[in-house]
Amino acid sequence: MTAQLTLGPVQYNWAPEDWRDFYFRIADETPIHTVFLGEVICSKRAPLYDNQLPDVVERLHDAGKEVVFSTLSEVTTDIDRRLVKRVAISEGFPIEANDVSALQQMGQDPHYIGPLMNCYNEEALAVYAENGAKSICLNPEMPKVGIAELAEAAKPYDVALEVQVYGRMSLALSARCYHARAHNRTKDSCLFVCDQDPDGMRLDTLEGDEFLTVNGIQTQSHSILNLVECLDELQEIGINRLRISPQSIGTFTAISAFDDVLRDKISPSEALKKMRDDRVDAPFSNGFFYQRPGYEWHDKMPAE
Amino acid sequence: MSEFIKPELVCPAGTPASLRTAVDAGADSVYCGFKGPTNARNFPGLNFTKAELSESVKYAHDKDAMVLAAINSFPTAGRTDIWKKSVDDAVELGIDAVIIADIGMAKYVAETHPDQRLHLSVQAGASSPEAINFYVERFNVKRVVLPRILTVPEIKRVHDAIDCEIEAFVFGNIGMMAEGRCSLTNYVTGISTNMDGVCSPASHVDYEPDEEDGLTTRLGDFAIDCISCGETAGYPTICKGRYDTAHKKNYYAFEEPISLNLTRLLPDLMRAGVTALKIEGRQRSRAYIRSVVSAFRDAVDAYAAGDEPDITELIALTEGHKETQGAFKSKSWR
Amino acid sequence: MPLFAMQPILRRIVRHVAQLHPELFERLGDSCSKQFLIDAKGMPFLLLLRPDPENLMLVAKSRHAEIPYDVLVSGKFVTLLRMIDSKTDSDALFFNRDIAVTGDTEAIVALRNALDDMDATLADDVATAFGPLRGPVRASIDAANKIVGSKT
Repeated sequence: MTAQLTLGPVQYNWAPEDWRDFYFRIADETPIHTVFLGEVICSKRAPLYDNQLPDVVERLHDAGKEVVFSTLSEVTTDIDRRLVKRVAISEGFPIEANDVSALQQMGQDPHYIGPLMNCYNEEALAVYAENGAKSICLNPEMPKVGIAELAEAAKPYDVALEVQVYGRMSLALSARCYHARAHNRTKDSCLFVCDQDPDGMRLDTLEGDEFLTVNGIQTQSHSILNLVECLDELQEIGINRLRISPQSIGTFTAISAFDDVLRDKISPSEALKKMRDDRVDAPFSNGFFYQRPGYEWHDKMPAE
Repeated sequence: MSEFIKPELVCPAGTPASLRTAVDAGADSVYCGFKGPTNARNFPGLNFTKAELSESVKYAHDKDAMVLAAINSFPTAGRTDIWKKSVDDAVELGIDAVIIADIGMAKYVAETHPDQRLHLSVQAGASSPEAINFYVERFNVKRVVLPRILTVPEIKRVHDAIDCEIEAFVFGNIGMMAEGRCSLTNYVTGISTNMDGVCSPASHVDYEPDEEDGLTTRLGDFAIDCISCGETAGYPTICKGRYDTAHKKNYYAFEEPISLNLTRLLPDLMRAGVTALKIEGRQRSRAYIRSVVSAFRDAVDAYAAGDEPDITELIALTEGHKETQGAFKSKSWR
Repeated sequence: MPLFAMQPILRRIVRHVAQLHPELFERLGDSCSKQFLIDAKGMPFLLLLRPDPENLMLVAKSRHAEIPYDVLVSGKFVTLLRMIDSKTDSDALFFNRDIAVTGDTEAIVALRNALDDMDATLADDVATAFGPLRGPVRASIDAANKIVGSKT
């Protein structure tokens, strides 16, 4: 099976027109196979995209992309619950569950398991596969050795595994909004201040080190995950679905760089150079893959 | 005349001596874990061997207290056997319930030990009736430990919509991130909270004094807080550090280092249908366990008898002497 | 008391404790081979502890010497005594910065947890190591405790 590039949901609060135009470009210009769409971070933001959604879906479908609706990740309030239900019962669209409540809402129709759910081992994989999951996207903290074990465990089932290969990593979720907190507001009275930061709000240590990224209730890495040098290894262990997580900067360059490597048009180090030259706003990292601190970058070992 | 059933007081134990202390101080049940990565408090010098747990279960049962085994981390693929062995051992020792977070381990308990009482750990992060019902229907979960993010009215609504008991945290250290969904520690140290059972491992913690009697606390290569002379210093966890953003400087970006104390809300929680009240602190000293458990025993008994207990002692025990009612009191906390 | 006169007493204390509480070392795990330098403010000397049952050591060291250590624990003498007396909440001593720790945090966390699991308090054991003097020694520990307790 040849590897497919997928596009995770936009996790930031982008202006609706920018959001629409981004997906139009994805439809028109990229080899992305599957597009995950929907608000996974904050139920308050979800209605902002309602007007754009039908056009975006149509454009993506016309371009031959598979469109999957992603559900909210942290489900607490009645508004959250209603949003999950609305998405989970969308007729005719496959669903990516990002919380166990979505599994309960949608029953056992074929669906996807998102990276914000926990699938760390063979037993968990069996639960999801037997429940109708056709693909499971693993948490970015999963090391190569664990990914390989899971790929082996997936074989008896009709379930594919997906791994995030590019973009900021989701490191934590909370019930509390840290964007609102930084602006001395509460979640209920936030006035959508997160729209000021299309790639999240940088959090530095008191010693001035760039550290984390705040995106509403989500805490992301500051560094940008980049596994372009690990694509061979991933494919060798049977991972053929590779997820790019959108940023407002550098995403299209990354998509073409990854695609070029998968097609053997350029080498991983050439791809890396191409991505680094495209004014990315943070260092790349790949530590988790090597079972090291996630922010670290490890040059690929020379082949044996 | 009481308007609610007296709740079970669930208390922490990091060592056999703490377990005996908690039982003697009036705990209805005590939760604890095995040494190693199978539980979410995998700290050096803490937790139980199988032999220690065996003795501890006997001690507790002799005094009519229950023991709950927390096997509530997430096994990485390829090493589930360690977790399964822990479950098997706990069942063999006659544990009163196993507390599970991983969906795969829940399946293992339900299929391998169908008669074993199963609790869903807070680490499973089941925060809505739909999520809880999934676990109840699939794995016959008897009790859910609720994440510390719901208001009391929300807890009441959850209670009315689910078919299992509710256990709620009422006192102790309150982490800010959704339980079971945080890899901040791993990002900094290479040790995973979910897979290795430790948040902020001591092996990567450093306290660095400066000349003005201040202190910089570090986790791995990153400064978590700079504490000036005279300030109290909590154990450095990323979600309780101080940081800079473009909008605000040198502030607790996630949460102040304060402790949860719901003593005043106990009657409300009991009315909301909470079956069990949980005290956090398996990493805390025996002296602390003794004080907190005794004080809560008195408070719960007093409320149940319709009296107003004295809670000044509980407030003094709070970490850094600052307390919060967190999410429980009002939505404005979010 | 000159340092050389201290050493046999310290040796006796640490052997006595080791004999009474073998489980302490099991709980310490790998941290038992670490060197704990204990700086009781106001005392004329430092204490160096290696709680390794195979290679036990508790010695007094001059404040003027360069002493290699894994973890440095410092605080007032009475505060440090309270840390080894499980009747008091040693966590609070850390939070209030009555005790300062630098170096290998894992080792001190392991030691604290191991001490906390002991049913008898180490303060009592130290007292019994003094044989006929145990009464006066325990009494002075209790007195120290009262003084500190009244302040916090």
